[in-house]
Amino acid sequence: MSEVRFTSDHEWIAIDGDIGTIGITDYAQSQLGDIVYVELPDSGRALEKGEEVAVVESVKAASEVYSPVSGTVTEANAALADQPALVNVSAEEGAWFYRLRLSDPAETASLMDRAAYDAFVKGLD
Amino acid sequence: MTDSRTTPLDDLHRALGARMVPFAGYAMPLQYPAGILAEHRHTRAAAGLFDVSHMGQVELSGPGVARWLERLVPGDIEGLAVGRVRYTVFTNEEGGILDDLMVAKLAPDHLSLVVNAACRQADIDHLSRHLDEDLTLAVHGDRALLALQGPAAAAVLARLAPECAAMGFMSVRPLDLAGAPCLVTRSGYTGEDGYEISIAADSAAMLARLLLEDARVMPVGLGARDSLRLEAGLCLYGADIDTATTPIEADLAWIIGRRRREQGGFPGAARILGQLAAGPERLRVGIRPDGRAPARAHTAITDTDGRPLGEVTSGGFSPSLDAPIAMGYVAASEARPGTQVFLDVRGRSLPARIVSLPFVAHRYHKA
Repeated sequence: MSEVRFTSDHEWIAIDGDIGTIGITDYAQSQLGDIVYVELPDSGRALEKGEEVAVVESVKAASEVYSPVSGTVTEANAALADQPALVNVSAEEGAWFYRLRLSDPAETASLMDRAAYDAFVKGLD
Repeated sequence: MTDSRTTPLDDLHRALGARMVPFAGYAMPLQYPAGILAEHRHTRAAAGLFDVSHMGQVELSGPGVARWLERLVPGDIEGLAVGRVRYTVFTNEEGGILDDLMVAKLAPDHLSLVVNAACRQADIDHLSRHLDEDLTLAVHGDRALLALQGPAAAAVLARLAPECAAMGFMSVRPLDLAGAPCLVTRSGYTGEDGYEISIAADSAAMLARLLLEDARVMPVGLGARDSLRLEAGLCLYGADIDTATTPIEADLAWIIGRRRREQGGFPGAARILGQLAAGPERLRVGIRPDGRAPARAHTAITDTDGRPLGEVTSGGFSPSLDAPIAMGYVAASEARPGTQVFLDVRGRSLPARIVSLPFVAHRYHKA
C-alpha cells in the first residue's frame, strides 16, 4: 500500500518506494471550480521541493501547483490534456498530475498525513 | 469581507448556496453550487438570473437634460427616442474612457443611467460637477437591479407581464411585475436576449424568488457573467477599457452618432475624432489561442518575430466554444482577422490568431 501525504498548498503525494504520484486535493478542486486546462511537466524534468511544476486553470483563474518533494519527473497524466475536468471528478485518484522518482525520500517526513490535512482544511473554513 | 456592502438579494444568495466574493465594495455571488460552466451553458440554453444590484442607478431630469449629457458623452442622447436605451461612455479631455454606461430615455427631459459599481461615486461626482442648476440628479441607492438573460427570458418574463414580449431590443418601459413597479429594459451583458429590471430594494427578493420558481431559470453568478460577456465580445470597464483607451481604440466607434462626429462637443473630441479620421494606432481585437491554454489579462502579445504588439486585457475559457478566448489590444496594422500572433504564457510563446468579435453570435431580440 502506498502512503499518502499532503501539503498546505493542497497537493497530495502517494509514495510507493522511491516513486511519488502527485495531484491536487479534492478540497483544492472544489475551491477552484470547473477546471478547463492543466499544464503538466515533461518527463525527465528535475524538480526541487516547492518548485512550481504545473498549472491548473479554472474558468476564472490560473493556479500554480508546487512539487511536494524533490525528484525527477517520470510520467505526466496525459488524460488531463484532453479531459481537464477529470480533476473535478477524481482529484485524488484518476486525475493525478505527474509521477516522479524521489531524490530525497526523507523530505516526505515534513508533509501532513490525512488526519493532519483534514484538520488543516477544517481550520480554513 | 466585513467592509462589504450587501445587495437586497444577499439572504437569497446565501440560501441558494452561493460562493460570495468581495466585488466593487459589495459581497457578490461568484457562483452557485451548479458552477460557472453549468450557469454559463444554462444562460445560453434557457435563462439565467443575475443580481447586478451593485451597479449604480442614477436619474437625471430637467429641461434640455439630453443635450446637456452630450457634454460628457460622445453618444447621440438628444436623438435617442423616448422609450429607447443607448450604450455610451463618459470620456475625459484626453479622449480616455471614464466609465461605460447605459442611458434610457424615459421622457424627453428624463434620463435613467446605469453605471459601473466601481465607478459609481466618481461618475456621480463627475455629473454633479457639470450639472446645470435647473437639472436634478437622483441616485437610487434604494433600488435593486436584476438581469434575466437567455433565449427563454422573454417567455419567462411574459408570464408576469405579457407586454414585455413586444419590447424591442434596447427599449425601456415601466412595468408592474408581481405587483411591484419596475423599470424594465430589454438589454443585457451576455449577448443573449433578455431584460434588466430595476425594482425597489424591498421587492427584489420577492421577484427573484418568483423568477427562480420557473424551471427554465437558474441563478447565475459573476463568474459566468464574465465568461458570457467575453464570448459576446463586450468590454469590461477597468480591463478592456479605461482612461488609457479611447472609444476608437476600443473599436467602439459605432457608439458615436453621426451628428456627434460632425459637431464634436464632448470631452476629448479632438483626439477621438482625429483617430476616427486617421485610424487609431492600436485596436481592441478578439484572439483565439491555437491550443488549450487560456491567456489571461496582461499576457504580452507579439508578432511572428517576437516584437511586442500589445497585451491581452480579458482572457479565459469559452464554454460555448470549448476553447480559450481573449480580447486585447494590438497595433492596428496587425488587427486584421486571421493575423498570426503569439502569446507569452508563463514564458512560452503560444500561437494564436486574431479573430473578429464577438466569439459567439449575439442573439438579441429583433422586433
